[in-house]
Amino acid sequence: MTAPLLSVRNLRVEFPNRRARLVAIDDVSFEIGRGEILGLVGESGAGKSVTGAAIMGLLEPPGHMTGGEIRLDGTRIDTMPIDQLRRIRGKRIGMVFQDPLTSLNPVYRIGAQITETMRVHANISEADARARAIALLAEVGIPAPENRIDAYPHELSGGMRQRVVLALVLCTEPELIIADEPTTALDVSVQAQIIALIKALARNRGTSVMLITHDMGVIAEVADRVAVMYAGRIAEIGPVRDVLKAPQHPYARGLMGAIPSLAKKAAGHDGRLTLIPGNMPRLSAIPEGCAFNPRCGEAIDRCRAERPSLLPAATSHVACWRVTS
Amino acid sequence: MIAYILKSVGQAILVLVVVAALAFSMFRFIGDPVANMAGQEASQQDRRELAERLGLNDPVPIQFARFLANAAFGEFGMSYRQGRKVSALIAERMPATVELAVLSALLATGFGTLLGVYTAIRRNSWGAHIVMGISLIGVSLPTFLIGIGLIYLFAVELKWLPSFGRGETVKLGWWTTGLLTPSGRASLIMPVLTLGFFQLTLIMRLVRAQMLETLRTDYVKFARARGLPESRIQFRHALRNTLVPVVTIAGLQLGSVIAFAIITESVFQWPGLGALFVQAVQFVDIPVMAAYLMFVAVVFVVVNLIVDLTYVLLDPRLKSSTAVVGGGK
Repeated sequence: MTAPLLSVRNLRVEFPNRRARLVAIDDVSFEIGRGEILGLVGESGAGKSVTGAAIMGLLEPPGHMTGGEIRLDGTRIDTMPIDQLRRIRGKRIGMVFQDPLTSLNPVYRIGAQITETMRVHANISEADARARAIALLAEVGIPAPENRIDAYPHELSGGMRQRVVLALVLCTEPELIIADEPTTALDVSVQAQIIALIKALARNRGTSVMLITHDMGVIAEVADRVAVMYAGRIAEIGPVRDVLKAPQHPYARGLMGAIPSLAKKAAGHDGRLTLIPGNMPRLSAIPEGCAFNPRCGEAIDRCRAERPSLLPAATSHVACWRVTS
Repeated sequence: MIAYILKSVGQAILVLVVVAALAFSMFRFIGDPVANMAGQEASQQDRRELAERLGLNDPVPIQFARFLANAAFGEFGMSYRQGRKVSALIAERMPATVELAVLSALLATGFGTLLGVYTAIRRNSWGAHIVMGISLIGVSLPTFLIGIGLIYLFAVELKWLPSFGRGETVKLGWWTTGLLTPSGRASLIMPVLTLGFFQLTLIMRLVRAQMLETLRTDYVKFARARGLPESRIQFRHALRNTLVPVVTIAGLQLGSVIAFAIITESVFQWPGLGALFVQAVQFVDIPVMAAYLMFVAVVFVVVNLIVDLTYVLLDPRLKSSTAVVGGGK
């Protein structure tokens, strides 16, 4: 068995404030294999984006890692000096942000931003970089790339700009792309195109993707495996089909039950959506034991006292005493 | 783009005409020029002749048209007090003020931007805290107090620099400059510092605030995620975006550097336009006051025009949006 491309072990991220140290990520472990697409789902504030930022070494102060390790291809990157890490960022790990409208610098032409990135990471002439930038723009589906390369970001639509962002991320041929809600800010009609594009690019190039989203439809469409996050912890992680069809963690089950589905309705299901009572706890008030226990209909005494570990259950790993004991 | 320039120029001309109307109205409402010029001993006959010679008996619109036409060529008539042409007086005094104002503006924008960037990037360092502390003096102390303080320290106590005047000047055609002689340069130091200090601290604080704002934007985060070196992110990606609002304020401030020069010129007995204006006010020398008013208006309008055009160079978004407004492209 070969080593996974990315391995996150016991990651812990804290945001200290005046009164307390808020634990945003608590003991999160997962791996991403080469060419694999891992979906990371959960409600807002579950720690999805913070996990992505931690891998990139781009946590916003005062947030910082207080435990665990992150390895890229076996090499630890979380303890690397900043100028070494900088050469990995953008070069081996690319990141797509949520809002393509604000991700591009408004005062520079898109071509200049692409060639700049290439030339920072590789010894390549301006002319070669430009030729490759045009090819890349064509690859991400931008019509007339030889003209568009000299456009300013404001001259392109949101969907086009997200394609440019993808070209910018791909221009250094990264092994891993972290896509943080890449379609949330886009029109619904454009979302599907961008998702299909990310999937095709990853497949063609053998690039691994960590796809952060709260859209289960997107996960079902492109991911190989999915991790469900809750209150800074992983509740369940496993192959996408199994987790979506037969979720084991009560939170994952609640999440899947809250998705409207035409197929379910057609199959004679009454089509009623289930609701998880209550809200996700604030970081300052995460309950003892399992973080989900106050909202869980099946909680037992052990759930309130002892935190469940992520243990194998069927094809997945689940952190729930009801499932794993 | 051309439509945009024409529109800006058109607005500039409109502003100047309005200011000219104000300047012209001063002749009609402030004091009686004939009484001022002829003195108390003059006969009724002398007064009538003088009024006729100054064109004061013509209908008002004709007087205004004549005023505008003359003003366009820099002519504002005779000074009531000195009996010389106002244009000659202005030409004589202008180099002193322009030299002082331009040097102050360069000092303010150059060091202001530099220190602003420094205090934004190193915002928790000792250096940044000290600079920010000193800048508080700049924004809160009145200009004349700084000037007097400098005179006390460097002229009275240390005797390093002259306390008044321009020192020796060199004539270059009609222009006189103090930059070419040691005493001229020494005389410039304190007035330039005094005049520029407030603007410097203002621009510095503005650049710092804008820079901090820009460093938080998504495109800066994305630039970091792409692994660009920090210096490149700061100076190429952040600074250029910082400059758009800074150019606006700096431009407006440049105009007020010339207006504020009155105070500095009074403190240092600088033989510039400000001092000329102060004398003119004391003697109700309306042609000189009107000319000064027009001069300040022209400076503001020209600076604003330059600012408008600089925007387009700094921010490409304005180029296309104005093209749409102008119906071009």
